[in-house]
Amino acid sequence: MEPRPRSFYVLSAFFGLYVLFLYGPTITIGILSFQGPSGGLTFPMNGVSLNWFHELFKQQAVGDIWGSFSRSLRLGLMVMVTTVVVSVMGGLAFRKRFAGSGALFYLAIAGLVIPSILVSLGVGLFFSQAGIPVHWATSGFGAQLTWTLPFGLLVMFAVFNRFNPAYEEAARDQGASPWQTVRHVVLPIILPSLLGVALFGFTLSYDEFARTLLTSGSKNTLPLEIYGMTTNVTTPVIFALGTLTTLFSFVIIGLFLLTAWVLNRRRSRHGSDAGKGMV
Amino acid sequence: MDRILKSNNLTGWLLAAPLVLVLVVFLVIPVIVIVIVSFWQTTEFSIVPAFDLGNYEFLFGSAVTYDVFLNTFKYAFLTWAFTLGIGFTVAYFLAFHIRSQTTQIALALICTVPFWTSNIIRMISWVPFLGRNGLANSALLSMGVVDHPLDWLLFSDFAVILAFVHINTIFMVIPILNTMMRIDKSLIEAARDAGASGAQILWNVIIPLTKPGIMIGTIFVLTLVMGDFITVRFMSGSQSANVGRLISNDIGLLQYPSASATSVVLLLTVLVVVGGLMRVVDIRKEL
Repeated sequence: MEPRPRSFYVLSAFFGLYVLFLYGPTITIGILSFQGPSGGLTFPMNGVSLNWFHELFKQQAVGDIWGSFSRSLRLGLMVMVTTVVVSVMGGLAFRKRFAGSGALFYLAIAGLVIPSILVSLGVGLFFSQAGIPVHWATSGFGAQLTWTLPFGLLVMFAVFNRFNPAYEEAARDQGASPWQTVRHVVLPIILPSLLGVALFGFTLSYDEFARTLLTSGSKNTLPLEIYGMTTNVTTPVIFALGTLTTLFSFVIIGLFLLTAWVLNRRRSRHGSDAGKGMV
Repeated sequence: MDRILKSNNLTGWLLAAPLVLVLVVFLVIPVIVIVIVSFWQTTEFSIVPAFDLGNYEFLFGSAVTYDVFLNTFKYAFLTWAFTLGIGFTVAYFLAFHIRSQTTQIALALICTVPFWTSNIIRMISWVPFLGRNGLANSALLSMGVVDHPLDWLLFSDFAVILAFVHINTIFMVIPILNTMMRIDKSLIEAARDAGASGAQILWNVIIPLTKPGIMIGTIFVLTLVMGDFITVRFMSGSQSANVGRLISNDIGLLQYPSASATSVVLLLTVLVVVGGLMRVVDIRKEL
């Protein structure tokens, strides 16, 4: 292999600093959440304790953290499943040009670029004028989809741009119906990408703040709860909560990556039947 | 019947129907409602239908509006410049200096993982870093760079830009990396064989070929920053304002017609910016 140019080392250092910039603050609050009972929001550490994590589990200390966590979790799963199903259908639809497909594409892009607070305000006003009460599982759910669906659709575009139509043609030549082609050929091939769409769907919903602000009704989601805490909680308990939800996100991301890795390995082991003779 | 079923239009619309439904109910109708309400009037207790240009007259007649829009553009431009510089460099390193694909994927994932965690937590995380008694000030004091703690590190425009860059650089990294990975390496070799220096290759080959990715990243960063209200509020300690905060303040005061009028102007501004950028790049082709 040719030797590394000097620019490699400069750029490696730059990349290292960028990663430090990305993770440094998160690690800082991770450490500070173990602050002693008399410690404050900054260093130095006044001893080391689990005090602030204990505080989280006391009912009266802070708002309805566990209720909001459970709502955010359920909402995230709802958005995740809907995003995967609707994006795949949308992605399949866009593979062939149909009347109005251009306009629909621009509408989806609009979902990405329209400021989140407009979606929140608009959905909130629409529901109140129509006399429908806002609720995280109806208006909040829909408001989040205006952002996750276009995102999922863009991922599907990227997937189908790289999709080799020869597989489908082969299936069709062997007499597969359109549904069989999708079910047994297309879906298995794009499955790993669907994990990506699912991960985006879940995390974008789980962390969404602006779009749920005016659409979630009287029950908060977790980001709304955390935001409320920033204005009236001045103890490291907020760091403890931040550390816990970040860890939770890491676990979710880890699960997705692990599944993708296992799928890829299984595919490389079972994918080809070359040399095994006629079936 | 058979002919209808086989028609592209029908299958296309059937497959796209759920997407259309969600976008119409939760995007198109809400935006129409905002436009309508922007002409309504506010009374002490409620908002009442009217056709009143007063909200717009007030908006365009107030000096605050122009300041706030200017500030919004300032945030958008500075964040764009920094995210582009950092994002391009990171993507360039990953695309052209990392030789194994596994390492490439792993490093790209390291950059992406924070994007899958909560933005609000990531903003809060800057407090112990930038505060008056924070890590940055202690480090600067102990190194003797300053002799008293800097006040402008937290709750300032500096902190706002820092948080914007922190949160949004990933939107530059991924699209730029995506286009860079599709650059045919033989083009670079050809340039080198023809005697181009590293800088010339970067400027005359790589940057022009990376433009679509840069444009897509630009669309994301500009629209996210222009529509933001939470980062500005939290990181400036409510001392600075952008258009998003103007809207959210009106919402807090239940002044929905006024908030709607500001929203319409913000929406038009964003659409003009995005429309201009989309003329330069065909997003669908570049993904």
